[in-house]
Amino acid sequence: MKIICNNIDFFYGSNHALKNVNLNIEENKITALIGPSGCGKSTFIRTLNRMYEHLPQTKIEGEILLDNENILTDSYDLAELRKKVGMVFQKPNPFPKSIYENVIYGPKKHGLKNKDALDTLVEKSLRKAALWEEVKDKLNKSALELSGGQQQRLCIARCLAVEPEVLLMDEPTSALDPIATLKIEELFHSLKEYYSLVIVTHSMQQAARISDNTAFFLNGEIIETGRTDDIFTNPIDQRTNDYITGRFS
Amino acid sequence: MKKKIKKREFIIEKSLVIFASITILTTLAIILTLFGETFQFFKEISIIDFLTGTKWAPTLSPQSFGVLPLLVGTIMIAIFSSIISLPLGLGSAIYLSEYAKKRTRKIIKPILELLAGIPSIVYGFFALTFITPLIRQVLPQTQVFNVASASIAIGIMTLPMVASLCEDAMMAVPNSVRNGAYALGATKMEVALKIVVPSTSSSIASAFVLAISRAVGETMIVAIAAGQSPVLTFNPLESIQTMTGFMVNMSLGEISQGSIEYKTVFAVGTMLFLMTLIMNLIAKGILHRNKERY
Repeated sequence: MKIICNNIDFFYGSNHALKNVNLNIEENKITALIGPSGCGKSTFIRTLNRMYEHLPQTKIEGEILLDNENILTDSYDLAELRKKVGMVFQKPNPFPKSIYENVIYGPKKHGLKNKDALDTLVEKSLRKAALWEEVKDKLNKSALELSGGQQQRLCIARCLAVEPEVLLMDEPTSALDPIATLKIEELFHSLKEYYSLVIVTHSMQQAARISDNTAFFLNGEIIETGRTDDIFTNPIDQRTNDYITGRFS
Repeated sequence: MKKKIKKREFIIEKSLVIFASITILTTLAIILTLFGETFQFFKEISIIDFLTGTKWAPTLSPQSFGVLPLLVGTIMIAIFSSIISLPLGLGSAIYLSEYAKKRTRKIIKPILELLAGIPSIVYGFFALTFITPLIRQVLPQTQVFNVASASIAIGIMTLPMVASLCEDAMMAVPNSVRNGAYALGATKMEVALKIVVPSTSSSIASAFVLAISRAVGETMIVAIAAGQSPVLTFNPLESIQTMTGFMVNMSLGEISQGSIEYKTVFAVGTMLFLMTLIMNLIAKGILHRNKERY
């Protein structure tokens, strides 16, 4: 197991957003988090890299073990955690800089200075994100000139450049058109080989298509978790069944 | 009925065109008077003597029309006030947009904007009666009228403008971009200095140029606190005269229309106009060429 979450409780002020969540993230697998809006899946994914720390009045209890080390302790270095656990957001958010600078931002921040090494890393990351062929001639152009789908793949490349072990994706295709979505989904399959992926998605079909494991969230609790095939063909809980068959929103 | 509406639309449109034209015509009229008298001035005084002369004495005999002392005085004021307004303004903007809590920002920003609404004559007396004595306590050789005091006051006066323009640009950077950097392990300071400031650099540059332009054109503070002695000096503790200061001084005195002293005011005014115009165009150009998008 790459990540083990034990008894996670999460609060926004007095709002109890996650209730005793237990979930394991398998290595080199894709774990999909599904559930209706406000169920806590986005909150949960943000605990895995402690992104919630940038919001006011949050509190977390329990433990999250990454390679058997609790990341929720104050002594766990935040920059180190985020180097290991990268994140891609719902809306593509490239920095208003060149494509090249976007990719090297992370590695440079973590101390890589050698120009040749950075060049190699840029190509490697962009190739892994299936963007290299499209941008290799315009690395110094602004990232904002790319299309939405390309921007999102650039954000993925930016993440990969710091050589993480886990990739968190919060509805990574919800702002993209179907063709761009398809490209990114294909990308996930190739990324699985190197990384453990956690994906929040609103699309049942997407979860079924791409993931190995699925966790179904409802009102801040995990109702059911298991292999994606089992969850979608033979759910144990009635509420899971209702949700995946679209009987409630 | 339809005809009536059409007629009303026509009248409204045409009257709005007239309003807009009034502004443009006024500007044109100002430029024409300015340039006309300036042209007359340069008929009598060589433009080279004017631009390179180091002695400015248009009202004494023998008369001398070297504008350099005024120009250097003006530039010194611009530079020294920028030393205050640019870093402090940028710093305040970074604090307000990146560090301050929403409530703190809500309190500080209006206060900062209030600072911009104080008439410059108040700053002038503040410089003369408060800043100057303070400087003289530390550096007793300082003259009563001096560049430093006026510059500090102008710096304080233009600071809110710099802060406000920069902060507006920084607030326009979406949080999703900041989160992208946080997710890569960036600290708050790295996000502020390596993401937010670079992405708003053209707004910052344009705010800087506007602040310098304001300092060049500032009149009341320099007239009160910087003195009226057009000597060529680079010492900020001495009294000088700026271009604006000279113009105020002359228009207060008794000079007869059409005399050479009278025309001097216009020549200096034209120079001032061109300087600030160019700077404002640069500020606009910077913004236009590097539009900040996210």
